[in-house]
Amino acid sequence: MELLRFFTAGNVDDGKSTLIGRLLYDSKSISTDILETLTKQSKSTGVDADIDLALLTDGLRAEREQGITIDVAYKYFTTDKRKFIIADTPGHVQYTRNMFTGASNTDLAIVLVDARHGITEQTRRHSIISNIVGIPHVLVCINKMDLVNYDEEVYNQIKADYTHFAESLNLKKVSFIPTSALTGDNVVKHSENLKWYQGPSLFEFLETVEIEQDFKTQEARFQVQYVIRPQTEELHDYRGYAGSILSGSFKKGDKIAVHPVDLTTTIEKIEKFGQEVEEAHAGEPVIIHVADNIDISRGTTFVPNTTFVPNTTFVPNTISITDGNTIHTPSQSIQTEKTFEAIVCWMDNKSFQPGQKLLLQQNSFRSKAVIKEIDNKINIYNFKSEPSDGSLHLNDFCKVTIKTAETLSFDEYANNRKTGSFILINENTNNTVAAGVITS
Amino acid sequence: MLHCNIPIKKDVAQQHPIINPKTQKKVDYLDQLEAEAIYILREVAGQFERPALLFSGGKDSICLVHLALKAFRPGKFPFPLVHVDTGHNFPEAIEYRDNLAKELEEKLIVRYVADTIKEKNLQDGKGKFPSRNGLQTYTLLDVINEFEFDACIGGARRDEEKARAKERIFSVRDEFGQWDPKKQRPELWNIYNGKIDQGENVRVFPISNWTELDVWNYIKRENIQLPSIYFTHERECIKTEHGQWMNVNEFVQLEPTDKIEKVKVRYRTVGDMTCTAAVESEAHTVDDIIAELKDTKISERGATRMDDRVSEAAMEDRKKGGYF
Repeated sequence: MELLRFFTAGNVDDGKSTLIGRLLYDSKSISTDILETLTKQSKSTGVDADIDLALLTDGLRAEREQGITIDVAYKYFTTDKRKFIIADTPGHVQYTRNMFTGASNTDLAIVLVDARHGITEQTRRHSIISNIVGIPHVLVCINKMDLVNYDEEVYNQIKADYTHFAESLNLKKVSFIPTSALTGDNVVKHSENLKWYQGPSLFEFLETVEIEQDFKTQEARFQVQYVIRPQTEELHDYRGYAGSILSGSFKKGDKIAVHPVDLTTTIEKIEKFGQEVEEAHAGEPVIIHVADNIDISRGTTFVPNTTFVPNTTFVPNTISITDGNTIHTPSQSIQTEKTFEAIVCWMDNKSFQPGQKLLLQQNSFRSKAVIKEIDNKINIYNFKSEPSDGSLHLNDFCKVTIKTAETLSFDEYANNRKTGSFILINENTNNTVAAGVITS
Repeated sequence: MLHCNIPIKKDVAQQHPIINPKTQKKVDYLDQLEAEAIYILREVAGQFERPALLFSGGKDSICLVHLALKAFRPGKFPFPLVHVDTGHNFPEAIEYRDNLAKELEEKLIVRYVADTIKEKNLQDGKGKFPSRNGLQTYTLLDVINEFEFDACIGGARRDEEKARAKERIFSVRDEFGQWDPKKQRPELWNIYNGKIDQGENVRVFPISNWTELDVWNYIKRENIQLPSIYFTHERECIKTEHGQWMNVNEFVQLEPTDKIEKVKVRYRTVGDMTCTAAVESEAHTVDDIIAELKDTKISERGATRMDDRVSEAAMEDRKKGGYF
């Protein structure tokens, strides 16, 4: 069985929570005791339905009282084919950071569009965020079809509008499905009302959509999380580097370059759960032993010490970094720099202060860092670059130049989501104040 | 529950161009969940000075220990196992705990709620089912202070309860152990920010993304041994007003109207004997349990916990007070 992680984006009134509630309800993932509680609550909120499905995804009392979602909530359901993890994120513009957070490690974005209103500013914003975070696949759910008499014309028009808009982005894959979350049309079951639609229901789509596994074909990357040194009598000289293969594969005997110290060595042994293995692949937690005694610690990156020959089937994931007309094609080999450019999303309530002391964290690597320059601001409604006034406020997306104290080993995010992403931590408050994707 | 039977048209893949009909080698979801949990455990080892693994003797924390073996062997665990013993634990769970620590040669720290009650002159639980659920938070905070733990790993899962569904994997608590849902740090990709000030600690939940069924499927796959009370056995019980089976033991205050019955039960969760209900079951094996769970209509906490019934926001409130 496979795992699919997806996130949902939509306006407050697009029926996002109802849609998720419907998925959980119709897939029989809700227990009777929870349904009982919901029936009680639905009565007290006065919603005119037996059960207000939206209540299924509202968690905290504070949210229930205000009727809003303040955070990312995770929901789970399982079918015979897949386990699903849903990151349910709020739609309001003031929760852009939550959306970015929820989207960061998902395979699929579901963007909800109200069939009555078509593409709105919010649709654009949600899609642009999906684009920046590099979601492999966007599904546009044209919802509330019941309120437009299940009209095929309406669906086709929205589909055309969205396709036109998406041309200015570099979304890798876009799909469309007409639904009504409230009535359940085409969510789990095919609908009599939408006979003109030949594609899968949302549920069938989720069960069968191909899960992107780019990281398997990318160049090999490994980062040390923790050094295992038992220092017992029988394991006196044991020194293993524990971590997960971030992308690609490593084999016993591979010549590797170790960054940032920039030394080369050979993989002597790969262990997985106490067993020696010949080869390890993206995603696997392993312990790697190397031939030479060199300075390796937490945050050290291993890469192949060869020129990378791209797999013939490999299509680089590209994102546009200025506006729709400029496609940036990333390079393939690891970069080791102290200065680089990135798009950051500012996530702290307090705005950025010039000279603010920050820590950059990329996987397990940490270094002191500063934002040297705010190059320009990205308009999240049209993806155009605008001149920056030098400020960075909550939910802003800006193109910045970052300087780190230690040398960072990275790939451009478009090339590798694992080594091209980072967070910025305020050294004073310890809060995560920004998330970024490296562009060059 | 967690199972659906919908007719899938066989030609869906052909109908829709985006669906790749090719069958490719797929990574199993349990491998992914396992890898994520091990990654998180290693992050704890790498980021903190004095972490601890909170061990309850329940299946979730038993899975955590199993994952820690995979993350750190042949090294020792970079943390001790810590158990807050309420005095109301099932003897089978305590026995399992002691044997496990001995067998693995890992350090086990046990602190007793009874001692905290004495030291702090606290009011013990009262009533028919005297709960020490609130009281264990005191002992937990004390043991965190005593050893200056900066990270406590726990087996909580997001599918258990809706306040948990919104908690981060690295959940920062202030010096009073309090959770503030509005001040949570954004958690992106697989980057975990465990940076804290002196006196603060982080609660870490490596199996956040697992469901009850995932845990059982993992137990089956890995052949993990569990305390016997997870499987069917005959037990003297009384039925509560909510129709739950409660074990008759020295702590429960029987009333004249209570009818003691011998019932075939098992436990879905292992908490205190005073607030964990048993479920009627004939499940002898892990396979039986998985089959049973696929059929059941009641959630894990709904079936077994009396402590969440108090109010809609019971868990949210307890977490804000320092609870797990």
